[in-house]
Amino acid sequence: MTKEWPLWEVFIRGQHGLSHRHVGSLHATDAAHAIQNARDVYTRRKEGVSIWVVPAADITASSPDDKESLYDPADDKVYRHPTFFDIPDDVGAM
Amino acid sequence: MSVIGLIRMGDNTLVLGQRVSEWCGHSPALEEDIALANTALDLIGQTQLWLGLAAEREGKGRTADTLAYHRDAWDFRNLLLVEQPNRDFGMTMMRQFLFDSWHLEALTALAKHDHAEISAIAQKSVKEVTYHRERSSDTVIALGDGTEESHARMQSALDRLWPYVGEMFTTDDDDLIDMAALRPAFDAYVGDVLAEATLTRPESDFAHLGGKTGARHTEHLGHMLATMQVLPRSYPDATW
Repeated sequence: MTKEWPLWEVFIRGQHGLSHRHVGSLHATDAAHAIQNARDVYTRRKEGVSIWVVPAADITASSPDDKESLYDPADDKVYRHPTFFDIPDDVGAM
Repeated sequence: MSVIGLIRMGDNTLVLGQRVSEWCGHSPALEEDIALANTALDLIGQTQLWLGLAAEREGKGRTADTLAYHRDAWDFRNLLLVEQPNRDFGMTMMRQFLFDSWHLEALTALAKHDHAEISAIAQKSVKEVTYHRERSSDTVIALGDGTEESHARMQSALDRLWPYVGEMFTTDDDDLIDMAALRPAFDAYVGDVLAEATLTRPESDFAHLGGKTGARHTEHLGHMLATMQVLPRSYPDATW
């Protein structure tokens, strides 16, 4: 058994942010402790207004070995990018 | 408004802030290290407000810095509890929990003080200390109701620090509020947390006194001040 606390991934929604963004990870004994630690480690300079923590063990990640089959096929499909539309400036962030 | 009353509040946060900052770089986990440093900085920030107001009210041309760095141990008016050494992490967190539990009650009452400046400082501090108390309570519960080793350390910390609890509720005319009136709320809160932490509150209410009156500090304060004050005393013109 490891003596290290479990690892948690931390997501913060910024003052003007639209969605929570991954900011890093930390160790904590449980979810409430992880929120407290995230508050101390990641929001001490007013970075956020909302915190999510997720056990790192619960995240399923894609394998780097699958890089070619997962991403390369998109290389030559330029028509998937909406670059042919004029977007008015007033729309703002998309 | 009593200058001594303001100095008592400022000296508590100054001495505890310095004590807690001694953990910086030494805490048992990176996350705890940052959390303790944040707490220490909150307390030092509160010190600047309390001692700043005390110096202004005193009207002798002193500043918060003069009060912090150019007084000797016998002029300090902090509670004996906050000058106690850190010892192990359990002792540090138990001291923090006992102080936070008193501090939050005191600040909540001070937030309603007639003097606008006092209530403004208290209202700002209450937000920080609400978090301090939440964090130290959770740690006391986790370690008290933890392993055999952590439980034993927390009980021994409680037994060792309990004789410094009584002084927090002594009161005189210099206090900004009636400190004795805070005791029932403190007892109720601390009792709940200790029960959840499976810790036993000591039976004796014997209390060491002399910190807030300045009559008799423990030997630990002078050593701490020597470290804290050496730079401004050796190099009076030093700037950051």
